[in-house]
Formats: sequence, C-alpha cells, structure tokens
Amino acid sequence: MTAPAAAAARPEPLFLDFFYLLRVNGVPVSTREWLMFVECLAMGLAAADLHRFYALARATLVKSERHYDIFDRVFAHFFAGAEAPAGLADAVERWLEQPLPVPQLSPEELALLERHDPEELRRMFEERLKEQDERHDGGNKWIGTGGTSPFGHSGQNPQGIRVGGSGGGRSAIQIASQRRFREYRSDLTLDVRQLSVALRRLRRLGRDGRATEVDIDGTIDATAKNAGDLDVRLHPPRENRLKVLLLMDVGGSMDPFADLCSRLFSAAHGATHFREFHAFYFHNCVYEAVWRDARMTDAMTTRELLRWLQPETRLIFVGDAFMAPYELFAQYGAIDYWHHNEQAGIGWLQKLAQHFRKAAWLNPMPEQYWHHSTISAIGDIIPMFELTLDGLDRAIEELQ
Amino acid sequence: MFAQFTGTDRYIASLELQEAVNVALALQRPLLIKGEPGTGKTLLAEAVAEALGRPMFTWHVKSTSKAQEGLYVYDAVQRLHDSRFGDKDVGDIRQYIRFGGLGQAFLHPAPAVVLIDEVDKADLEFPNDLLHELDQMSFEVIETGDQHKAQHRPLVIITSNNEKELPDAFLRRCIFHFIAFPERDLMGRIVRVHHPQVRQTLIDEAIARFYWLRGLPELRKKPSTSELIDWIAALVRGGLDPEDLTDRVPFLGSLLKKEQDLEAFDRHRKRKGWT
Repeated sequence: MTAPAAAAARPEPLFLDFFYLLRVNGVPVSTREWLMFVECLAMGLAAADLHRFYALARATLVKSERHYDIFDRVFAHFFAGAEAPAGLADAVERWLEQPLPVPQLSPEELALLERHDPEELRRMFEERLKEQDERHDGGNKWIGTGGTSPFGHSGQNPQGIRVGGSGGGRSAIQIASQRRFREYRSDLTLDVRQLSVALRRLRRLGRDGRATEVDIDGTIDATAKNAGDLDVRLHPPRENRLKVLLLMDVGGSMDPFADLCSRLFSAAHGATHFREFHAFYFHNCVYEAVWRDARMTDAMTTRELLRWLQPETRLIFVGDAFMAPYELFAQYGAIDYWHHNEQAGIGWLQKLAQHFRKAAWLNPMPEQYWHHSTISAIGDIIPMFELTLDGLDRAIEELQ
Repeated sequence: MFAQFTGTDRYIASLELQEAVNVALALQRPLLIKGEPGTGKTLLAEAVAEALGRPMFTWHVKSTSKAQEGLYVYDAVQRLHDSRFGDKDVGDIRQYIRFGGLGQAFLHPAPAVVLIDEVDKADLEFPNDLLHELDQMSFEVIETGDQHKAQHRPLVIITSNNEKELPDAFLRRCIFHFIAFPERDLMGRIVRVHHPQVRQTLIDEAIARFYWLRGLPELRKKPSTSELIDWIAALVRGGLDPEDLTDRVPFLGSLLKKEQDLEAFDRHRKRKGWT
C-alpha cells in the first residue's frame, strides 16, 4: 500500500499512543492498517463525529470480532477518559494463556514510525503488567488452580517454572511474564494457522469415488490411439482419504492448557482436507466411554467407538497424561466417584492402541516433566510428543 | 465526495456497517464481512449494489474452488470437443476462456460490486492466492497471455462464516466488519421492512418468542434473523393471532432445524405446561 507520505508523517502523538495501547492490549494492529486508518482521517471520513470516528477506527484496525471487546475498552479508556479497561483480572489471565509478544516492528515499520521508541513501548508494557499484577494478587485463578493442580502441589506453575524457592519469593505472574519475554517466539508460532498448516501435511491422497475429473493425459493417450478421434477419459479427483479421531483430555490439570488445546481443536476442526474428523473428550484417562462435548453430557461407549471407526483412522490424543497412578492402573480408579470402571484405564488405552494402526499422543507439558509414572507408562503404549510445532511435526511423521 | 452507503429501504445497516462500507469505497479496499449465518452478509452486497446503482457480480466459493476460477476458467474439454466436429475455430483460444465473477467485475466498463461469498469454505491458502489480484485489480490469462486491468476498481465484498481462520496477510488488506446479532430494537426495524403490512402486536409477540428460543442454552443451532422473517411469514399465512403465541410455538420447524433442538424445546414446553 502506498499511503500519502504526508499522512504517514502527520499522525498525532495522541493517536499514536492509541495505536500502541491497542497493540499492548493484544489487538494485533499492523503499521499497514494504522496507515489505512490515518489515510481515512486525512480524507476527512470521520468528519467531527466521534461515533463515526469509532466505526472508522474499528473497521480499519480490528480484523477479528475476538478483539472487538478489547478495542472497545481501549477506545473508551483513551478517548472518553473513562475508567481503565474493566476486567483486569481476565486480561491477566488471557495474557498468561497467550503470552503477548513484545511489539516488535520490522525495520521498515520503524522507519515509518521514527518517533516510536521501542524502549518506551516496553516500559509501557511492563508498567501495565505491574498494574495488573497488583490488581490481581490474591484472586488469581492460576494460583487458585495451582493449589489444586498437581503442579501446585509440587510447587511449580503450570508451565513448569518454580514458584517461590529458587525464585526468591517472586510471584508466579512475574515469573510467567518473564518467561513470555524469553520464549515468545515459540509461543507466537503456535497459533491456529500454523497448527493448520502442520496438520495439512497429514494426508494420504488417492483417487476414490466417482470419476468426475477429466484425465488429460489419459484422454490424449486414448485419443491418439483412437486415430485422433476424441476419446474423453475421466477419473475421480485426488482427495485425502485420511480419517482422524481426536481424543482430548478436559481434566482439571489440563486447565492451564485449555487455550492451547482449543487452538489445536479449531485448527483440526477447520481442516477440511480430512475425509472424516471426529473429536471426543475424556477426563484424565479414557475408560469405557468418551464424550462428544467438553461438558461431558453426551457419551458414546468406547466399545461403540472401536466398532464404528476403522483401524486406518488416525488416532490423536491430547492430554497431559498426568494423573494419580490408581487412575491409570487400578480397577475403579476413575477420578469421578460415580464412575465405576471395571477395567483399568491403561487397559482401555491398550485396546485403543491395538485397534488403531497409527496413534500419537500430544502432551502440552514440556518433555522434561515426563518422568512421572503415568506419563511414561502411557508413552510406552502410545508414542508421545510435545504439543509444540516441532512435536506436532514429529507426531505427523509418526501418523503418516 | 465519495459515494455514501446508508442502507436501503429493504436493508437496515447499523452505523458501523455503513461506515465500514464507506471506508472500503473510499480506500478501494476489499470489505470482509463476518457474522452468524442468517445475519444478512450476502444481502449486504445486493443492498450496496442497489444503493449505489452498480451492477453486481457474484462468486460463490466452494470447498474445491481455486483462486483462479474467480478470474477465468479455460474450458479445455469444450475445445477438444469442438476440434472433433470442427464447427468452431479451435485456433481461437479466447472463445474457450470464461470469466468468473471477479474477472467480470474487473472487466466491467463502470464501477461494479463483486461478492466473494463464503471465502472460508475454500482451502486455507485460497485467500492468499488472491492477494495480488485484489491489490492490483489485474490478472493475466495464461493461455492467451492477455493482461486485464480493471479500469474502475470494483467494490469487493467478501463474506466469511468463520469456519476457518483467514491468513493475516489477507486480513491486513481488508476493511473488516462483524455483523453482530441484532438487538431487539434493530430486529424490530428489520422485521418491519420485510413485513410492512403485519400487525405490530403479532411482530412484538413473535420477536419476544424468538429471543426466548434463542436464549435456551441447550440449542445447537440458534434460529437466525432470516428464519425469524420466514417464520413470521408463515404465521401470517396461517392466519394466526398474537394470542396464539402465548402458550405454543406454531410452525416450530421453520425456527428449529435440528432434532436435538426440537427435543430440548419439548422439555421446556412440558415444564411450562404448553400444548
């Protein structure tokens, strides 16, 4: 896009702060979009009407309804001098679930926005973080679940980073936020799109079904043999024949990874290239039933599942495989009191692994914590991979 | 001054939506429209074309669509076929080139509106394959080497049902608007333009019943605006009165389409003691 040079040089400092504030709050506004917005203002499209100005800013700067809410709060805060964005608690939670990269501009972007000082941006960012930290103390859901989650017991935060102890009494949020600065690149790469791209490699092409596509080579061949008289040949289009079954753990210890898992789910669900895609949920371990919904109200027995899906269906587990040993190894060991499993969880996992020719287990927990008994026992039955881009790549190789 | 879109007699657009259309017109950028099914995404393009007095071209995207098909298709089979009977000059390849919706809009001698409907149905890379054409509004027919460049940049309206994430590079080039589900007030106005003759009391009752249904938490597929409009048409044709809606929902099938939803409704019906 070539915005008028004058427009690029003219942005009011006031509005530039708005741009940074949007980015800092997680609306991924690019410079290109910002210049589009400025161009609109330069054309006088907003007139002097705040409502139109709002509509204009939103149409040019926000590209997903997921960000409308943040945009609204930032807008209200910035332009109407209203209260600071409400629900700071959720904001921090969201930050932790999906660490924000420090806004980093390319050299071209920097050149365009010469007045912009990355250090200042970082300071703003950290100030905001501190502010959220203060508001958040005491009621943090993460710390809350940390107390009940296995990680909490062992004094680690869900990402496996020590809280207290060697951390010198710093809060989990501060440590988690430091982690974001350090590792944001790998977090950044694990978005829905990148997951989709990885999943797209999971295919087995073959010509199947009705012949609807002209076979050009075949037609030319047949026509030549027919002494030049046209002989049209058809063949079925090349399609992916792969069927995929996704089994996802929605147990309590998976809560910290809920966002990551939902990204994987939407990537897999959105992948139209599978012939069949089925997703089911379980709690900690698969027993005699799995559920069609995450609230676990709509069940299908595991036996029925095995009868229904053919062995060439690819099985992908998503779970931390982390549970009390009796939940995996003991009869009647299931975590829900009403659930009397006649067969130990591990038996069901073996059944599944035997039925489906190819299976992989994606574990959102980093590999260094996999020495726990249930994790290694499950890893012995079903090849286990980290739920990272690299891990997913290796899992897909396994499933091919 | 730029052409301004403010909705039409038959299409009520919120101020934000109007502004999004006008920004797209002013900047000559594609307008991406998302929203629940049945909120009038596709109708918007027709309304804009009507309001601006422009012709409209449509390209319905399917799961097998390729980006190039929107521009043109080369019909090799027809050409082979003609070569057999020799009733056309098969040496003239141009007569086997058919232009798609987007291609036609580019070639149109006056500004047009082009609707790329349900872009998310196609392959993940599909929108990326269109970036160049949407930026430059020009394309080449490879078979003939002809370059076509739009004399008048058409307004491109793209709809998405959110079945897939769209690539960032694509999103950055678009103006975006999400059609939120209408509030009751707006819904009242929308229904009114579709049913100008119907009694207000019946419309009020129907809308109240409709929002109650949408509020049932168990529903898999919530009824949409277009279904409400069809339902009211059915009520009118059935000669029903507002009182008929107090303890039952006639023609339920035009609002709920899934068996599970009908069962969920049944449970509520029994609890309320309706007939």
